[in-house]
Amino acid sequence: MTAIPMPADDLRDSTIRLMTRKRRIALAVPALILVYLAYVAVAFDLGGLAQRARLDNAAILLADAVSHKVHVTRDNRRETLQVSVEGSNRAVFSESQIPDWVQAQGDGARIDLGAGHVVTYDGPRVVYDIPDYGPVTLDTSDGVSVQVPGGTLPDFINASPTRATITTDQGRVTATASRTETLRYFWGWEMFFFDLSSPFSGMTAGQVLSTIIGGAPLVEGVSNLSLALSEFWTNDIWQHGAVAWAIFETVLMAFLGTFGAAFVALPLAFLAAQNFTPSRWLRFAVRRVFDFVRGVDALIFTIILSRAFGPGPLTGALAILLTDTGSFGKLFSEALENVDDKPIEGIRSTGANAVQRYRFGVIPQVLPVLLSQMLYFLESNTRSATIIGAITGGGIGLLLTQAIQTTQDWEKVTYYILLVIVMVIAMDSLSGWLRRKLIRGA
Amino acid sequence: MALIDIRDDYLAQTRRKRIYGGLLVVIFVAMMVSGFRVADARNAGGFWTGLSSVGDFPADVVSEAVAKVANLPGHMVRALPAMVETLNIAVVATLLGCMAGTALAMGATRGLARWPRLVPLMRRISDVFRAVPEIVIALVLIFILGGGPVPAVIAIAIHTAGAMGKLFSEVNENVDLKPLDGLASVGATWSQRIWLGVIPQVAPNYLSYALLRLEVNIRASAILGFVGAGGIGYELRNAMTFGQGKFDQAAAIFLMLFAAIVVVDQISGLARNRLTHGAPL
Repeated sequence: MTAIPMPADDLRDSTIRLMTRKRRIALAVPALILVYLAYVAVAFDLGGLAQRARLDNAAILLADAVSHKVHVTRDNRRETLQVSVEGSNRAVFSESQIPDWVQAQGDGARIDLGAGHVVTYDGPRVVYDIPDYGPVTLDTSDGVSVQVPGGTLPDFINASPTRATITTDQGRVTATASRTETLRYFWGWEMFFFDLSSPFSGMTAGQVLSTIIGGAPLVEGVSNLSLALSEFWTNDIWQHGAVAWAIFETVLMAFLGTFGAAFVALPLAFLAAQNFTPSRWLRFAVRRVFDFVRGVDALIFTIILSRAFGPGPLTGALAILLTDTGSFGKLFSEALENVDDKPIEGIRSTGANAVQRYRFGVIPQVLPVLLSQMLYFLESNTRSATIIGAITGGGIGLLLTQAIQTTQDWEKVTYYILLVIVMVIAMDSLSGWLRRKLIRGA
Repeated sequence: MALIDIRDDYLAQTRRKRIYGGLLVVIFVAMMVSGFRVADARNAGGFWTGLSSVGDFPADVVSEAVAKVANLPGHMVRALPAMVETLNIAVVATLLGCMAGTALAMGATRGLARWPRLVPLMRRISDVFRAVPEIVIALVLIFILGGGPVPAVIAIAIHTAGAMGKLFSEVNENVDLKPLDGLASVGATWSQRIWLGVIPQVAPNYLSYALLRLEVNIRASAILGFVGAGGIGYELRNAMTFGQGKFDQAAAIFLMLFAAIVVVDQISGLARNRLTHGAPL
């Protein structure tokens, strides 16, 4: 290696100049980023956000995600009593199923919330006996009146003329003129396997297993195993069958969209590749079509298509298909421009026609690249399909948004989120495995 | 082995390969067709009945926009703050996500990680962050923080951190370790070694990936606006749900969103070209 002769002073000066410039940039870039972030903090009103944030919502969400509550509800107008899970009409305990911490007599009840907390329903009167505090009486016969031992209301009681709420560590009692409700919290997801109407309801895991393996048939003519599976599949609360369908729909949207797009984009990519389409104008036109389709974006396609086809998985699949046609067209035409001409020449020399040249000269060269790009997109489209499903009304995305918007079933929301993550990771591993397999196999 | 045996063997192998290939194609086509039929059956409107009316809605929008073409610039000016908000969401989320992604990548690369035992953990964190669709985090955060840009920023940033954590750590695998050894020999700490030895090597690739991610994130930010996170997507939904009579506004927003996406794509494409092929001197 020969060094360029240069006076030492010049070299030193230029180096020092370069270093100072670099140092200045190294300081200026973080400073600019900081200024920008400060501007955004003001523009996004971060200060106001702290006040608007509902941390109590976060607490409800976290607690509800891993627990469920049982409602003991007295209808004060019809004077009836009902015990249900999460207050859902689909999960009402029948007379014989009522848990033993609730002792019901007609419309009266004695509810044991544990740790000495006892709530008694006695006609329109409710007495909540709180240890270390004393009995609190709510009366709903005329408006809602509250009597407490000390005379002044403590923090955990929230009362107005039409509504009173007592919140303790053990549960919550709410009384209005129309109904009185006691909530007790339990750890875990309720009735994940079998709902209340199922013959397996209330059994422990061991009991279910022994019933399946050796028990007498619970329903005439059906084996216990298939009964258990169908009861699980048609579980009224968790609806495993419907959820499985929703996940299938989401994957289907991604699958149809990705490979449909590849199918449409491949012939068009030949028209956009320099070495296959001599006409400059045709190339230009096709490329602008790709750019346009890519720029319009899946959101806008989803809106337009759902007007024509209605909500559902097909609309989502077509929206993905249209957007990805642009992306694939661009990527495929770049791959086609990089093919080696020699194999094509060789095939031409044997007298092959154009289709044969493409099939045996071009496709084998580009196929691994194209397939690996398609599989990359398949994984990311699974995620897009979840989002598009939320807008266009299909798949797990719709179930998730609905569950979040009702703001009640956070355990279901947690379940769906877990399913989505598992689904995406599974698709990721599948596409990675196929990619390795195809590229190594080719 | 006679030549003819070899030839027969080869031909049989080729035939077998071709049969397998053909079989794969047939299975694949069958999957596509049946998948399409299932999707069609589960859709509210059928494909063939809807196909003729695909153009109706764009035609409505375009005809109303053309009829009220004088309103378009005004609508655009009014929607400009929302557009800026959408862009800001994307830029901030990309910035924060890339910073977190860099940290994840440095912790997830063998040979560079400060705590080598945590490498698998860091990788799993990236995987999970990457797997969560933005909309999931955004919707949950909207419930806690209320609607607005911040839930969208956090949601997109988390996803970006996961995606960048993976891409950046792939870049890190190709880093030349000699400068690191040199720095270590003069007593540089871990952060000095990373800052002075690794970052200068990987910066062009990182920037290029970050720009590509910015393009993706602008689209994501528009979509999240549609589900309530503010920005241009929210304006678009309002104009759309109003329906006929406000289609000129919807058209103006469509145009602006389209223009913004194309402009950012072009700029980032040019910048990425410069990063990979070097700046013209």
